[in-house]
Amino acid sequence: MAAPPIRSNALIHARGLSKRFDKLLAVDAIDFDVERGEAFGFLGPNGAGKTSTMRMIGCVSAPSGGELSVLGMNPITDGPRIRARLGVVPQADTLDMELRVEENLFTYARYFDMPRDLARRRTRELLEFVQLSDRAKDEVEPLSGGMKRRLTIARALVNEPELLLLDEPTTGLDPQARHLVWDRLYRLKQRGVTIVLTTHYMDEAEQLCDRLVVMDKAKIVASGSPRKLIDQYSTREVLELRFSIDAPPSLDGKFEGLADRVEVLPDRVLLYTQDGEAAAAALHGRGVQPESTLVRRSTLEDVFLRLTGRSLIE
Amino acid sequence: MTGALRFLEHHAVLYRRTWKGTIFVSFVSPLLFLAAMGLGLGSLISSGPVRTVDGVSYLAFLAPGLLAATTMQTAYVETTYPIIAKIQWLRTYDGMLATPLTIGNVVAGEISWLAFRLTMVATIFFLVMILFGTIHAALAPLAILVAILTGLAFGAPILAFTATQRTDNAFSVIGRFIITPLFLLGGAFFPIHQLPQLLQGIAWLTPLAHGVALARGLTTGRITSSAGVDALVLLAYATLGIIAANITMRRRLSK
Ligand SMILES: Nc1ncnc2c1ncn2[C@@H]1O[C@H](COP(=O)(O)OP(=O)(O)OP(=O)(O)O)[C@@H](O)[C@H]1O
Ligand SMILES: [Mg+2]
Repeated sequence: MAAPPIRSNALIHARGLSKRFDKLLAVDAIDFDVERGEAFGFLGPNGAGKTSTMRMIGCVSAPSGGELSVLGMNPITDGPRIRARLGVVPQADTLDMELRVEENLFTYARYFDMPRDLARRRTRELLEFVQLSDRAKDEVEPLSGGMKRRLTIARALVNEPELLLLDEPTTGLDPQARHLVWDRLYRLKQRGVTIVLTTHYMDEAEQLCDRLVVMDKAKIVASGSPRKLIDQYSTREVLELRFSIDAPPSLDGKFEGLADRVEVLPDRVLLYTQDGEAAAAALHGRGVQPESTLVRRSTLEDVFLRLTGRSLIE
Repeated sequence: MTGALRFLEHHAVLYRRTWKGTIFVSFVSPLLFLAAMGLGLGSLISSGPVRTVDGVSYLAFLAPGLLAATTMQTAYVETTYPIIAKIQWLRTYDGMLATPLTIGNVVAGEISWLAFRLTMVATIFFLVMILFGTIHAALAPLAILVAILTGLAFGAPILAFTATQRTDNAFSVIGRFIITPLFLLGGAFFPIHQLPQLLQGIAWLTPLAHGVALARGLTTGRITSSAGVDALVLLAYATLGIIAANITMRRRLSK
């Protein structure tokens, strides 16, 4: 495969980017570009190399090979200057447990050399932004997981970053908190902030990402907009069948000619087809009687399953 | 440089909560030691057959030695548990290193913080020495600098060591088998030349013996001919320790 052409104004530019930990190749020669103002996603199963990639972009982990430029600079030589313009939400919270909620934001702002009164103002605004103002004076440790996550996001915004790196920003959040985070990210994007995120939630990727790549076993296996990926890697519709667990019927040969592709998962069978209703009717004709059937449109989840051979809910 | 200053603000925020307690401890500890050992034990010695130790009263002998031994202890406390906590238990450094701060800033900042704490401890100790009337020379205030340097000569290498550790197991070993024996036997309470030959040799390999000798010379006004060597040894330990800390912290924190 020929390397994609170099794009001039890419905010992040990677070619043949690799990361090796001793014997283990965590990122294997990946190519991608992130444009200013877009929201770019990394999807992939556990251990695919997403975090390793994010940490190289965040200039806290040196690439083992290949080219990487971030904001037009080299992470190895310009780390501090690049980091000054980044906001980072790492996969595992690195909040300062010795400091109180507002102190976490204030001292972080000071690391960015922000004048004290400005740092105080930013602290107030950001606590407001993530709805934690009433916890300003509290210790961090007793905050709930979702509150800690929101505080981490607030902290990442303290320097008004041009580029925001979010590694699984909403893992562990309740639906309401997730929607709050999505709303905040959407607003930031409107203001022109470039967003790079990893996620295991396909709805999150579809909601937020203009473009995304799917990583598997250290490599990028597909890239494009969510729409394009669905068109390319899945059918228009999916017929989902559930069978009784007590007496699973023999399905050998029953799906012949009904679908482009069949996925047999532990809890259900997925038939990828252009016309789900027609396939359901045909199955019925063959005497297959599932406990329930559902016809739906293809989603990114189906793309993910096809590309990585792994369901998200394992 | 500004990076290290920014880093120090983290210490400053935390210290604002505890400074009163640390000052109290820095004051009371020498007070008790000098009263009990210096005056109490000292009165026994001065009424006995020897009367003096190395030509001065026991209190005047003990106080500068204890000054150097105290900064050694402070350095040990500051560069073991709190540092591994920030590396591993709390991951404070991971958060910091996502900002413009660098690993160099972190090391410079920790060494500066240590120097600040040592300055406080040594200065308060010196004030207590004045209180006890154990200052006998014009150059005596330089003993504060010697005590700070002694602390750095221990703290910097221990910091370098801490950055190589995954658990805190080794710290209690250092405490029990290096710091406490040195505190008791390293020249603060009695002259090193009273130790068996082998232990004398070992004592002079450590920074403490040199720090004690130097501080004692300065406060009693009996500066020895080896003072220059003593100072060089302390400087060498501190400098090499700082270099080593930069290496091990870099190795540990960049992944
Ligand atoms: N510091 C490290 N030292 C050694 N190996 C590492 C290190 N960090 C990551 N790895 C290895 O690199 C591989 C990729 O890990 P990475 O964290 O990038 O995956 P990921 O895609 O983020 O997975 P997840 O979805 O579980 O977060 C894994 O095999 C992991 O064990
Ligand atoms: Mg990860």
